[in-house]
Amino acid sequence: MGLKIERVPAPVWVRPLIPIIAVVVTFILTAVLVVWAGANPLEAYYHFLIAPLSSRMSVLEILVKATPLLLTGAAVTFAFSSGYWNIGAEGQLYAGAVAAAWLGTLLGGLPSFAAIPLMIVGGFAAGMLWALTPALLRVKLSVDEVVTTLLLNTVVLFVISFLLNGPWRDPVSGWPQSPQIAESTVFFKLIPRSRVHVGLIVAAITLIVVWFIMSRAALGLRMRAAGLGQNAARFAGVNVERTMLAAALISGGIAGIAGVGEVAGIHFHLIEGISPGYGYTGIIIATLSGLDPLGVALAALFIGLIDTGAQTVSRALGVPAYLGDVVQAALLLTTLGMFVLQNYRVTLVRGEKRA
Amino acid sequence: MIPLMHAIEMRSVTKRFGALLANDNVNFDLAPGEIHALLGENGAGKTTLMRILYGLYRADSGEIVVGGQPAHIASPKDAIGLGIGMVTQHFTLVPTLTVTENVSLGQAGGLAFDPKAARQKVADSAARFGIEINPDALVRHLSVGERQRVEIFKALYRNARVLILDEPTAVLVPQEVDVLFETLRRLQSEGLSVIFISHKLNEVMAVCQRITVLRGGRAAGTVNKSATTQKELARMMVGRETFGVTKEGARAQGEPLLRVDGLLVLDKKGWPALKGLSFDVRAGEVLGIAGVSGNGQTELTQALAGTLKPKAGNLRVGGRNLTHASPSQLAAAGVGRIPEDRHEGVVGELTVAENLALENLQDFTANGMLDHRRIRENAEKLIAEYQIKAAPTTRIRALSGGNMQKAILARALSRKPQVVIAAQPTRGLDVGATDYVRGKLLEQRDRGAAVLLISEDLDEILALSDRIAVIYEGRIVGILRAGEADAELLGLLMSGAKEMADGIKD
Repeated sequence: MGLKIERVPAPVWVRPLIPIIAVVVTFILTAVLVVWAGANPLEAYYHFLIAPLSSRMSVLEILVKATPLLLTGAAVTFAFSSGYWNIGAEGQLYAGAVAAAWLGTLLGGLPSFAAIPLMIVGGFAAGMLWALTPALLRVKLSVDEVVTTLLLNTVVLFVISFLLNGPWRDPVSGWPQSPQIAESTVFFKLIPRSRVHVGLIVAAITLIVVWFIMSRAALGLRMRAAGLGQNAARFAGVNVERTMLAAALISGGIAGIAGVGEVAGIHFHLIEGISPGYGYTGIIIATLSGLDPLGVALAALFIGLIDTGAQTVSRALGVPAYLGDVVQAALLLTTLGMFVLQNYRVTLVRGEKRA
Repeated sequence: MIPLMHAIEMRSVTKRFGALLANDNVNFDLAPGEIHALLGENGAGKTTLMRILYGLYRADSGEIVVGGQPAHIASPKDAIGLGIGMVTQHFTLVPTLTVTENVSLGQAGGLAFDPKAARQKVADSAARFGIEINPDALVRHLSVGERQRVEIFKALYRNARVLILDEPTAVLVPQEVDVLFETLRRLQSEGLSVIFISHKLNEVMAVCQRITVLRGGRAAGTVNKSATTQKELARMMVGRETFGVTKEGARAQGEPLLRVDGLLVLDKKGWPALKGLSFDVRAGEVLGIAGVSGNGQTELTQALAGTLKPKAGNLRVGGRNLTHASPSQLAAAGVGRIPEDRHEGVVGELTVAENLALENLQDFTANGMLDHRRIRENAEKLIAEYQIKAAPTTRIRALSGGNMQKAILARALSRKPQVVIAAQPTRGLDVGATDYVRGKLLEQRDRGAAVLLISEDLDEILALSDRIAVIYEGRIVGILRAGEADAELLGLLMSGAKEMADGIKD
């Protein structure tokens, strides 16, 4: 008896089911940990998935969590679809946050309708700038962008640490945080008595623009061609390097906007832990989405739900909130596994051994 | 161990791959202590025969006798057990390990590994065979020639008495070839037998005692070196009945539309793959580039497609210098390109319509936005015109080889290019698709385009070309009119035994 593995792609109708199957498999796998933590898995998953949807406050909190994730997910999707593996959305987010903290104190004299767009443009430019070096190294010298973008994530944290403990240290409190941004640069609330701010609209528009570029613009077709078949794209006349560079920079810019949203919409000043890994979660979201902007929206909301649910679970059942991270990571691994496995048919062969 | 019975006999070996008869009742024998060449064109069945001997393939019928005993060789392990070792063109060494570690890898001894003892054993054994290798060197620091020596030594270390070398010189520079031959002669004097797969006549004549020629899967004969000439071997290798066929309607040919002059191109490893290659293709003719694979055809195709930048030389299309043009500039200048590997010409995950538009994207774009309607209409038109069995929205990877090739033809030819570069245009296609593709190429010639046909299929070259240029080691060694080509001359040119002094003229 043995396993026979053939390369047979799964039928088309299976594809949309993949994320759902991945979720189910993930919950089965993580159930072990939940039990170990001393909770009932079914109850835990109720708190994970259902409970957050049952109160107004937690539903709005899901939207707050999803706001940066929509942007980092869109950013990573954009780069990945061109075959540029941008692992640096986290760093680019922080670069945007630095720009927002700076512009937020500088643009106080302007009215909101001018200041807020300038903040966004500034954050976009900062994210782009942070993405520029690895992108140039990649297209000019073939330096692996996975390594360079990843390492720059750490570098930006040190830059921020320097700023917050040096020139930008809050003169009033002495805490390592930048001065509060001006009132006119604050992202206004969309919904009263909540933390949902205008960044959600910005994120939604960005996602629509990303969808539009990827499916309707010549750049999008070039990006997809370069990402899906670099040699063939080059043969057909696509300037793969220029396309990748464009995708990498726009990706960095989008991630930068996420940083602006966190400073101007949530914290109102720059602090060190402004992102609990939104940039990395963006990679999970992009992967779960199958590099489809609509999928990004769904995946970002879903991860927002799990994040919120993790808080609920830990409060209700006393299990660590880190369980949410475990679920996310396991979800990424199962989804990747599913994407690979969908191309194969595995059958159990009885009796006669294989030829 | 079997006491020094290492002569091999293969009797009536037949092997089919689907409809393809790769080996057809082949007889082959190897005497103890001889270097025996296996000579033939690409696809003549040399490698298949040796893979059967080494247990990588199973013959459909026929038998193998090793040292007088009928042998059942089901895997390379069986072959090694019978004292047969094979060195392929693709080395199976771990670059980050030392020579000793590579040689010892997979040897019996379980988990216990004594580095000192292993090193000593390897050093002693290398000294015994007279093979110069440094047991402590990391394989990644070795040159290709040295790596090959390690591969050969690996086989010897496993007690091989018969060595199969599959085109061992293809990866070597001339100096390394000399060293290899020296090694082989030394091994021969120790009583080893060597099977030397090659298609280079001078090498075969330099190092072998007997030569078996394969042609189209059959043994064309075995001869002693002392009793043959390069001319005879060339004839045996290439001989076929399609020679001297005059193409109907000798056409008046026009001006040279494609001029390649002194092209110097480096391959991926930085070695010169094209060494000052020159030829012209005139309006209304098909120039066929004939040659054994690996003599620069791939690099020539890529240089003419704009995907590999020449280091020196010129490429002119209709008088315009396009030496450093990008693929899109070449397409815009009227060069229709058919790539060597069709999967490198289309993006499999994109649709047929998207692939058909990709090369001339500016025609399907307004203000940076795609005009999806024009992309679809273009696809519908070309699908009908080129009889492609697909819908515009089909992912192109789902197409059969023939339909995919038709899509590539459609894209390359729809804008009536003045120069057509077709590399291996019918490789892997069925008869119907092959006829279709060849017909389309002749159509281009008839409407006055200059067609360059780069093919390793000599029958295709003979069937389509008005003139034939032979490429050998990155240079054109002769250009002849199709009517003048005969087996002996082509065989000599293709195997590097002859160069036409006036070769570059027509």
